[in-house]
Amino acid sequence: MTFRVQEEARKESLLVNMGPSHPAMHGTTRIMLELDGEKIINCELEMGYLHRGFEKICEHKTYFNLLPYTDRLNYVSPLINNCGYVMTMEKMLGIEVPERAQYIRVIMCELSRICDHLTALAAMAMECGAFTVFLYKMKAREFIWDVMEQTTGVRMTTSYIRIGGVRADLHPNWRETTKIAIDETRKVLKDISGLLDKNKIFLNRTRDVAVVSPELAISYGWTGPCLRSTGIYYDVRKAHPYLVYDKLDFEVPLGERGDNFDRYMVRMKEMEQSLRIVEQCLKKIPEPSSPSALMAEGIEPAEAIKKSRSKRVEGKIKLSPNLEGSEKEKYKGIISDSKGSIIPPKEDTYTNIEGLINHFKFFMKGHGIRPPKGEVYFSVEGGSGELGYYIVSDGTDKPYRLHLRAPCFHIVSSLEEIIRGHYVADVIPTFGSMNMIGGELDR
Amino acid sequence: MAMGQEKVIEDLKNKFPEKIKDVSVRFGDDIVIIDRDSLLDIVKFLKEKPHDFAMLLDLTCVDYSGQKDRFEMVYHLFSLSSNLRLRIKTRLSGKDPSIDSLTSVWKNANWLEREVYDMFGVRFEGHPYLRRLFMYDGFEGHPLRKDYPLRKRQPRIPMRKEE
Repeated sequence: MTFRVQEEARKESLLVNMGPSHPAMHGTTRIMLELDGEKIINCELEMGYLHRGFEKICEHKTYFNLLPYTDRLNYVSPLINNCGYVMTMEKMLGIEVPERAQYIRVIMCELSRICDHLTALAAMAMECGAFTVFLYKMKAREFIWDVMEQTTGVRMTTSYIRIGGVRADLHPNWRETTKIAIDETRKVLKDISGLLDKNKIFLNRTRDVAVVSPELAISYGWTGPCLRSTGIYYDVRKAHPYLVYDKLDFEVPLGERGDNFDRYMVRMKEMEQSLRIVEQCLKKIPEPSSPSALMAEGIEPAEAIKKSRSKRVEGKIKLSPNLEGSEKEKYKGIISDSKGSIIPPKEDTYTNIEGLINHFKFFMKGHGIRPPKGEVYFSVEGGSGELGYYIVSDGTDKPYRLHLRAPCFHIVSSLEEIIRGHYVADVIPTFGSMNMIGGELDR
Repeated sequence: MAMGQEKVIEDLKNKFPEKIKDVSVRFGDDIVIIDRDSLLDIVKFLKEKPHDFAMLLDLTCVDYSGQKDRFEMVYHLFSLSSNLRLRIKTRLSGKDPSIDSLTSVWKNANWLEREVYDMFGVRFEGHPYLRRLFMYDGFEGHPLRKDYPLRKRQPRIPMRKEE
């Protein structure tokens, strides 16, 4: 079947494919352009190159098992995806999360948001020819990833935020690394403002290019920094506060014209606000229930298991280093105590029968997390907009249906209309400023 | 239920007394079940002031295979001025499911409906360009239907002829 743009094309105009293998298409989108010289008369987007059937897979996974799949949606800010899914489940299960865990989530979400904006702007700037900016931003991202790696163990696919809380407590050294990350990011942001804000080349390609009116943005369901660039005040963190955002002080930067430059500027200012939020969290976060670092003192795991065969083990048990941060004593601060929704502490699983039964009940087929029947919608402020999950539960341990409201889906769907009438070179910064993420768009 | 929400639902009931089938709240979300044929009238009424549900947050479908009306269309509306969310649901029959397209009201309905058409095979009356969005032409079946097996293989598509 031919595409509409092919059918409607005039004889004298030129049809050009941009993508799917094009450095500025972020890998996985194809834009078919009908050109008159350099001018775009008509265009059509083809997507789905990264479609993995996320929603179908989720219907066949238990609520606990599908968490790692959410990492791979918006792979630049996996922690926000985790958080969105987990909070939807918590809304359905009615779980209270300890305050320390909420602060940890906010810190992780805001750091992810900075990563997301850094990556989006880095790609956008590089495609406009500013390669220095790209390298600077990647540098800043490395410092932020250091913080995440230290606590979660990995850099990208974290699966760190779990139903009921988080997987492990923050690393003992997290304050120092976070401070370094904040300082380095500030420096980079200052450098980038100096390089781009008044850069003639960058301004020529972004100022007043692809202007989007507030009405058009709303009608396309835009959210996040893109919607705010048109001057509309809507941020999920302010409109429907979740976690501890209502206790934190931050501003929602707005744009004026809704062009590419405003989308860049809003993201730059938002990163500054995210840094502010992290700084406040550093001060406000409640102290951990167990201040020790890795619980080095205690019985060796193998020995504890041996002892438990004849008698209940008293005293502390040492955990394997790759479970650092999830010791039983830390559970009070980082994960809720509702049985059946959380994994029992490993010390209990290995050394006493109740813990073992709880562990089995959690992982056994047909048991585990079974929310009540019904459907729920919950959304968080993702990197590029409102990230919503719609989950239909039929009372079993697997979702009957899980739908993701991907923010960039709505934003990219407007590209066809926005770039019509512009020049080929305008496609690149416009597409870059939309922050299209294949994993989230194609699901 | 928030205060504003009650008024919206009250107004809906007064305006369309026979079209609103049920109103309920689940997990704190308001749900309105409507008649399939009056979808366009109801969303247009909600989009107008004073209710001002200017944004179509989400549009999706759920396959209740084995039930009388198999498909359930789910619409999430959002009002920026009053900060309210509303979920509208309606059921479609299993044989040749179809419903009015919302493309004339919201622009993002275009792709969202193409996705539902692709994944569930629901036809949207009045859609300007109903074509698969994620899957390719020549894909057999609709992957998110419950009777589509998880690991189903697709036939190979023929090589494209030289033009």
